[in-house]
Amino acid sequence: MKCNRLVDVGRRQFLRGGVLGAAGAAAATVMPAGQAQAQTARAMVDYPSTRLANVADLAVNEPMDIGYPDADSPGILLKLGTVVEGGAGPDADIVAYSVLCPHKGFYMSYHAADKTLNCPGHFSRFDCEKGGQQIWGHATQNLPQFTLRVDDKGDIYAEGADELIYGRLSNVLQG
Amino acid sequence: MTYKRNIDRLPIIPAGAKEHNVTCHYCIVGCGYKAYTWPLKKQGTTDSNWIGEDLSKQQGAETEAWYAPSMYNVVKQNGQDVHLVIKPDANCVVNSGLGSVRGARMAENRRSDITGTQAQRLTEPMVWRYGTWQPTSWDDALDLVARVTARVIDKDDENDLYVSMFDHGGSAGGYENTWGTGKLYFGSMKVKHCRIHNRPAYNSEVHSTRDMGVDELNYSYSDYQVADTIMLVGTNPMECQTNLFLNHMVKGMQNGAKVIVVDPRRTVTVDSCEQVAGTENVLHLAIATGSDLALFNTLFTYIADQGWVDADFIANSTFQGDVAVPEDAAHPASLGSFEAARAACRMSVADGAAITGLTEAQIIQAAEWIAKPKEDGSRRKTVTGYEKGIIWGNDNYRVIGALVNIGLATGNIGREGGGVCRLGGHQEGYFRPSDAHVGRPAPYIDQLIIAGGGKVHHIWANDHYKTTLNAAEFKRVYNRRTNMVKEAMDARAGATREELVDAIVSAINAGGIFSVNVDIIHSQIGQAAHVILPAVESGEMNLTSMNGERRLRLVEKYMDAPGSAQPDCIIAARLANHLERVLREEGRVEYADQFKGFDWQTEEDAFMDGYNSGNPEVTYERLRAAGNDGVQEPVKGYDNGALVGTPRLYEDGVFTRHGREDGKALFCMGSWRGLQAPGKTQQQANHRFLINNGRANLNWQNWFLDQKNDFVMDRFPVPFIQINPDDMADLGLKPGDMVEVYNDVGATQALVYPEPTARKNETFMIFGAPNGTQGNVINAGTNELILPNYKQTWANIRKISDATPAAARVSYKSWEVEL
Repeated sequence: MKCNRLVDVGRRQFLRGGVLGAAGAAAATVMPAGQAQAQTARAMVDYPSTRLANVADLAVNEPMDIGYPDADSPGILLKLGTVVEGGAGPDADIVAYSVLCPHKGFYMSYHAADKTLNCPGHFSRFDCEKGGQQIWGHATQNLPQFTLRVDDKGDIYAEGADELIYGRLSNVLQG
Repeated sequence: MTYKRNIDRLPIIPAGAKEHNVTCHYCIVGCGYKAYTWPLKKQGTTDSNWIGEDLSKQQGAETEAWYAPSMYNVVKQNGQDVHLVIKPDANCVVNSGLGSVRGARMAENRRSDITGTQAQRLTEPMVWRYGTWQPTSWDDALDLVARVTARVIDKDDENDLYVSMFDHGGSAGGYENTWGTGKLYFGSMKVKHCRIHNRPAYNSEVHSTRDMGVDELNYSYSDYQVADTIMLVGTNPMECQTNLFLNHMVKGMQNGAKVIVVDPRRTVTVDSCEQVAGTENVLHLAIATGSDLALFNTLFTYIADQGWVDADFIANSTFQGDVAVPEDAAHPASLGSFEAARAACRMSVADGAAITGLTEAQIIQAAEWIAKPKEDGSRRKTVTGYEKGIIWGNDNYRVIGALVNIGLATGNIGREGGGVCRLGGHQEGYFRPSDAHVGRPAPYIDQLIIAGGGKVHHIWANDHYKTTLNAAEFKRVYNRRTNMVKEAMDARAGATREELVDAIVSAINAGGIFSVNVDIIHSQIGQAAHVILPAVESGEMNLTSMNGERRLRLVEKYMDAPGSAQPDCIIAARLANHLERVLREEGRVEYADQFKGFDWQTEEDAFMDGYNSGNPEVTYERLRAAGNDGVQEPVKGYDNGALVGTPRLYEDGVFTRHGREDGKALFCMGSWRGLQAPGKTQQQANHRFLINNGRANLNWQNWFLDQKNDFVMDRFPVPFIQINPDDMADLGLKPGDMVEVYNDVGATQALVYPEPTARKNETFMIFGAPNGTQGNVINAGTNELILPNYKQTWANIRKISDATPAAARVSYKSWEVEL
């Protein structure tokens, strides 16, 4: 089926992710496994604070693969090169998003020429410069963006998400 | 910042939650959904839930074990607050678990006291009193409506009552509600001055195909999956019938189908077809606007000349002779035999190319893909879908007829992988007494109202202000005429009911119009109303409709109506009761008797009184059992505990839609005659830009709920107009700038969206938006049967403002996917 082939393209794009992508994936896996689960029932979801990378690891417009809030939730960390609303870091241009399409959960690929994430399943697309706004598509929400904090050393931490991530009814998985 | 809900988790549906069959109430495709409800203080867990999955783990793509925040709400059910999840049904043959960006927001677009969604829904009847609308009881509101209405109607004299009433299914339409209004206005009364929700007269949008014997919904969606060629004309299914495209057309392409798209604009559909089928298998015929008829007549001529026709089918199933129905006031073209149509429609490839702007090679390529027999001599299975691009375009009658000609000539109607069908807007759900008294051509209601016609106007979920042509003038006149009545009512504040009715009737006789608005929200034309009556939608009532392949389903009521809102059929029944009472009080006994037969208490009563009377096999109980796959109409029987339907019409080669006893289909003899509607050629000559217009993916077409949906309004705070970047440079425009679109009939506004694939001087504007009514710039020209020509509109464009603050924040990137 052509559709499956397209999905595979998307997955390869995610796994490939470039040299820095490998570092990003490694960063995601150092997170203690237990941290991904809520300790007690509280009114709000407790998100882990997860170090994703250092500012120095990022090259402009080259996404790094990450996993957040845990390794099963793929995303990208991206230095856009231009200031954006909600951008983190010294240049206010670092953003991170889930790359599971909120429509049906297909892995999306990054298109550097116009800084968009694109879904091979049903062709939805999202603008990485506009907080993950769906440019056109079938998802009923904009893309989950991860809240970032950059410390004095330039280490980038993810500390939350602003929409429900596809495939989980709690962004932080609970037992 | 871009709108985000900041919902980190959702309540889990527990095992044992109530499950309801739901058909999406938006477009004609009618995707299957399931609504789950459960008590507010209960919830499922990650290991004990409705679906028996371990929800402590990440779920994979296309999982059934996930739902988006837009699919969740808290609503009232039997007076209690309950959780509600409405999610796509993976087992429904229509959509196989896919949800569109419209339907998958149904739950979020329910009215909720708890979450505050859709607070715009009407909850109580209101009457104009003390200079504004005041809430009142149903009996008080209906008494006023009945007393005023009774003053302007009498037995066999009902021409001063104007009625605008929806005829669709889904949403608040459906068989129950069309029967309710139909029995009142076409049964008890014989109202002649009426119109339908999206056009200014009471007429078919597809007269010619019906006159030819071919119902416009004749195939099964599965035909797309086995076709050799999919031909799409003036339709953009990726955006407007999304899961028909994704779940059926895509599968057809994956199975090897080629695609022809006839559209002046490169739509998302064209791009998506290229993604799926490869560019070599997609032929986009970007014709000059309005030249469809020339294209189809050229294709018909070429195909016939090549002998690529189904001679047996033509001989056995179509009319033999010359002219069967001559051209007259009711028939904008003659109808007759294949050979007669060949003679009347003849157009050379050279002439066709010159008129359409296509190359001869493109036209010949299209003809081959449509009709050239395969190497073994067998028929190419070609399925054709068409919609508003030609329905609301130039020369409606002849264009649709010409397209059906091709289907008939090639034997592609009533056959597997074939069909020539409209793709549709709403679902359908029409069951009414005969409308023959309306006449043909039907009265042009909106122009009659502008000219002073009508004294009392009953409006059932129509919003002329957003969805008519010549809208600017209509609004000016309607505001003036309804204000005359409001002023008369204000002047008699404190008067008795009898005195108030006298004052209203005096204002009516002086040129005013008394406006009664039945709707689910306070619409734009509702601002002019004197009485407002709150209605419900499907899900707030049980409702039956059929989709674009005639698939009949029952939406089960899963929540309470907002406030005291009622189903339209029940409102119609109560209005009939009040009319009967008032007429009897006035001693008009014989006329009063005509309003008997409205003792319905539930929507099921209306269904049994109407639809069931013509389809005795079909009951709510049997439809519940049929679930989201329902049954395809016409229903032929009930066997082994299941309704027996008809997947495809005319498989026996007998065509009946025109009522001819011989069962022979007719060909349309409509020759090309340029831009047909009055004023179009002149408008084109005097204005720079084509203002093509239509629907878009994100919002439902009339925006009625979406205008209060944050996700939608964040993306497009003002309706967009797509413009070529070079044209933008000429006009000094930036993305997001607010422009005024103006011409000889009116003006409207839009935000500029750059579209590199748009041809120069050809724009596309979204239709039916509340804050940028495209109808303002459409002239009053229609075809002979009062079919509006919305598409061929020309205007000039000038900047009126920088982007609004909301519009300045949104993305202006291309809609075409980059993989």
